[in-house]
Amino acid sequence: MQPDQHEIEFTVNGTHYRRMVESRMLLSDFLRHELGLAGTHVGCEHGVCGACTILLDGHPVRSCLMLAVQANGRALATVEGLASASGELHPVQQAMHAHHGLQCGYCTPGILMTMTAYLAEHPSPSEDEVREALSGNLCRCTGYQNIVDAMMDAAARMREAAP
Amino acid sequence: MSTRFFGAPVKRNEDRKLLTGQALFIDDVELPGMLHVAFLRSQVAHARLKHIDVSRARKRAGIVAVYVAEDYGDYWQPGPLLVQPPPIPGSTFNPRTQVPLARDKVRYVGEPLAVVVAESRYLAEDALDDIDVELEQLSAVVDIEQALTSSSAWVHDDLGSNVAAHVHQVKGDYRKAAANAHIILKRRFRYEHGISSPIETRGVVAQWNARGQQMTIWDTTQAPVFIRNGLAAMLGLGERQVRVIAPFVGGGFGPKIMMFYPEEVALPWISMRLNRPVKWIEDRLEHFVATTHERGQIHDAEIAVAADGRILGVKDVFLHDTGAYNPYGLTVPINSQCTLLGPYVIPAYDSTFTAVFTNLPIVTPYRGAGRQHGVFVIERLLDLAARELNIDRAEIRRRNLIPPDAFPYNNEIIFQDFAPLSYDSGNYEPVLAKALDAIGYQYFLKEEQPRLREEGRCVGIGIACYVEGTGIGPYEGAKVQVQTNGKVNVATGIGTQGQGHFTSFAQIVADQLGVDPADVDIVTGDTDQFYWGAGTFASRGAVVAGNAVSAASSVVRQKALKLAADAFECAEEDLVLADGKVSIAGIPGKFIRLGELAQRANPMRGAVKPGTEPGLESTQYFGPPSGATANGVHAAIVEIDPLTFELKVLKYVVVHDCGTVINPMILEGQIHGGVAQGIGNAFFEKLAFDDQGQLLNASLADYLLPTALDVPRMELDHTVTPSPLNPLGIKGAGEAGAIPVGAVFAQAIEDALQLTSRKLELLEIPLSPSRLFELTRQEAP
Repeated sequence: MQPDQHEIEFTVNGTHYRRMVESRMLLSDFLRHELGLAGTHVGCEHGVCGACTILLDGHPVRSCLMLAVQANGRALATVEGLASASGELHPVQQAMHAHHGLQCGYCTPGILMTMTAYLAEHPSPSEDEVREALSGNLCRCTGYQNIVDAMMDAAARMREAAP
Repeated sequence: MSTRFFGAPVKRNEDRKLLTGQALFIDDVELPGMLHVAFLRSQVAHARLKHIDVSRARKRAGIVAVYVAEDYGDYWQPGPLLVQPPPIPGSTFNPRTQVPLARDKVRYVGEPLAVVVAESRYLAEDALDDIDVELEQLSAVVDIEQALTSSSAWVHDDLGSNVAAHVHQVKGDYRKAAANAHIILKRRFRYEHGISSPIETRGVVAQWNARGQQMTIWDTTQAPVFIRNGLAAMLGLGERQVRVIAPFVGGGFGPKIMMFYPEEVALPWISMRLNRPVKWIEDRLEHFVATTHERGQIHDAEIAVAADGRILGVKDVFLHDTGAYNPYGLTVPINSQCTLLGPYVIPAYDSTFTAVFTNLPIVTPYRGAGRQHGVFVIERLLDLAARELNIDRAEIRRRNLIPPDAFPYNNEIIFQDFAPLSYDSGNYEPVLAKALDAIGYQYFLKEEQPRLREEGRCVGIGIACYVEGTGIGPYEGAKVQVQTNGKVNVATGIGTQGQGHFTSFAQIVADQLGVDPADVDIVTGDTDQFYWGAGTFASRGAVVAGNAVSAASSVVRQKALKLAADAFECAEEDLVLADGKVSIAGIPGKFIRLGELAQRANPMRGAVKPGTEPGLESTQYFGPPSGATANGVHAAIVEIDPLTFELKVLKYVVVHDCGTVINPMILEGQIHGGVAQGIGNAFFEKLAFDDQGQLLNASLADYLLPTALDVPRMELDHTVTPSPLNPLGIKGAGEAGAIPVGAVFAQAIEDALQLTSRKLELLEIPLSPSRLFELTRQEAP
């Protein structure tokens, strides 16, 4: 039996792809195992932990709750595209390093994607707002405190960098 | 030797890879021709297995193989007993270890029955539906008290009961203590711990290379060396033929050290049989039942106290749920038994436990590893005694602390490391004082709480002390090697799951060898890089491997100085080792780089002096005589909504002492994370089983882990009482954050809701809002 295949076209981190994909293939599996973009992690496959968060047309989504076919015609962004081409870390990545906002680092890509999108829209959040924005991403190592500090710092770094 | 880096909050070397998505985790291992594995797991907790028919599954397109227990032949063996029971006279221990695939009987929901190997995971899971299983269901053993009654079914028929172990340990004479007591208070306590639930589940990849007769196994294990040795033996291979790599591991917290999981046994065997690489990644539902738990104990405990609040003795009889098998021996209940004694002088202790087999997943250590249970019991007993004697809660603790001149303090009973429970060093009162000060204890009780209560708010305070036996043996080793490019490579046998070893070990090396920590590459968890070791558990990585790294660096330092002294024809004392080079003191232009010395240490021509070892490298081992005992105090002010029982933590303070600190930033991170898991344990995380042994909340939507909204900001402080048991003076810190949280919250909530005035006591954990609702609606006894 040949499972139904669909041709899809989309971009990830600005790179254009055209691929045949099985209709039931999860977007998270597709990114990781078909495109080799393994920086997007899978934690629960039921949309709770947030580790697989990517940006779809600039908005955070859980790639484990989407099928790859649903990415057709869309622009995706993953953790691999956060640092600049020359390797300079994004302010959110820099702040996470500076504040020890990661331990095992498994949930980190999802947190980076959620929070870069959030801080782009909310340049001056309060700590409570940062916690609210973070609350859809589970971290089992850090107790969140250093991540919250990192995000407050990242917001300041981004405000400074903004024109 | 300078100490520029040791003790400094050096930023982590491993971060960049993790932040850019470049770190290799288990599911990132992709190999050509790789097959994918799914396990058929039992849907019932207890049944006789009559028949499994896999013929339909084998015929499905894309399925390469399907195996059941019979297919394993002689390879089918119960797992080894991972931890022998400590030699405690008069104890009973009935080892029954897990099997690679259920054969005659299934003993818990989730126990694997069959393995499907397919071209993709999707196809493998499809085929699970094609397998027909015929079972004769038996009544499930779920409740640990009922398990010991004559009407209970038996988890292991040959045993004739559900007793996994029975241990009695005694210090002093409790009967005499009780006879002299002003009061004796006795209660029943229930403490349930949950699952570690790292965000990365488990996984195994195995690749057999038939041409080279080599097996490579990637495994999310905390103990790669033991996995290699065990699997080599099972597979009939030499240890040199097996390489185990624990790559970046996305959190462990204990259960990733259990061995051998059925999946770890299956994958290498399949890879050899099919001569193809195979991968299995646990999904979250599987994780809830296939990865080990830590669960409940029921304690019937009593405390005998003098009129001034001094503890005269404690008696405790408890039941421990060990699950369907007990490969981890007695570690968890022994930890409960020992840690109950806490930082207090308890002259008489009489403690008995019975470990009970149930038709539930296996119990092995999860961060804290039974210590929580013991701490909860003693801390709650002290609260009861304080109230009864009208002594302040903090004061009764202070009066009972072991005084600083009493160390080493021998508690006489046997600990999990087989040695008598002896505390190496400590100075407990300043830790308590600092915590009381930081939480504003007196101010809160005298001013803030009365004022807020006037306003109708339910606020309360909790304070709890604990000790943590850390840094146990047997040993770890490290190989430190200066490479010709001037960078230093360090290999150890432990695995790493986010503890920052890539940085803290680099700091130890950097000071010894005069290099930047960023120029030190650490390799952990690759058995081809370092051959020996035990693993990362029991808050021991920094203590045991850290001291081995230090010892090896010290030898390399001596070698470098000697080589340079020979080259310069000067005395070693005239040399300075800094900035990656050896220079002559006072003549900064006269130097040799470490990389060049490494080259000279491996000469291509000429003669070397007798006894010369090549290479600017050294391998050293360290094994402490016994564990180092850390201690601490947690305190919290909480507010609770009396209608919804929603809890808000207004302030949380941790003061701890884990000896000398390598990296305070990493240490604080460990404490933060531990407290967060403690909060999960205290409030949310209950494994809800029905009476048939079905886990009712096996998803992260139902089994709630704390989020950024649930974990408060924590204030940390510490004191430093170095351990005399290792040259660096380190004590472990990995579990300290998690241990006393339940005790703190039960006390604080009781205080906030003024439950004692209604004669209600909180003697159990977890205390979810719904459980608090139930408890506070009960009539007082």
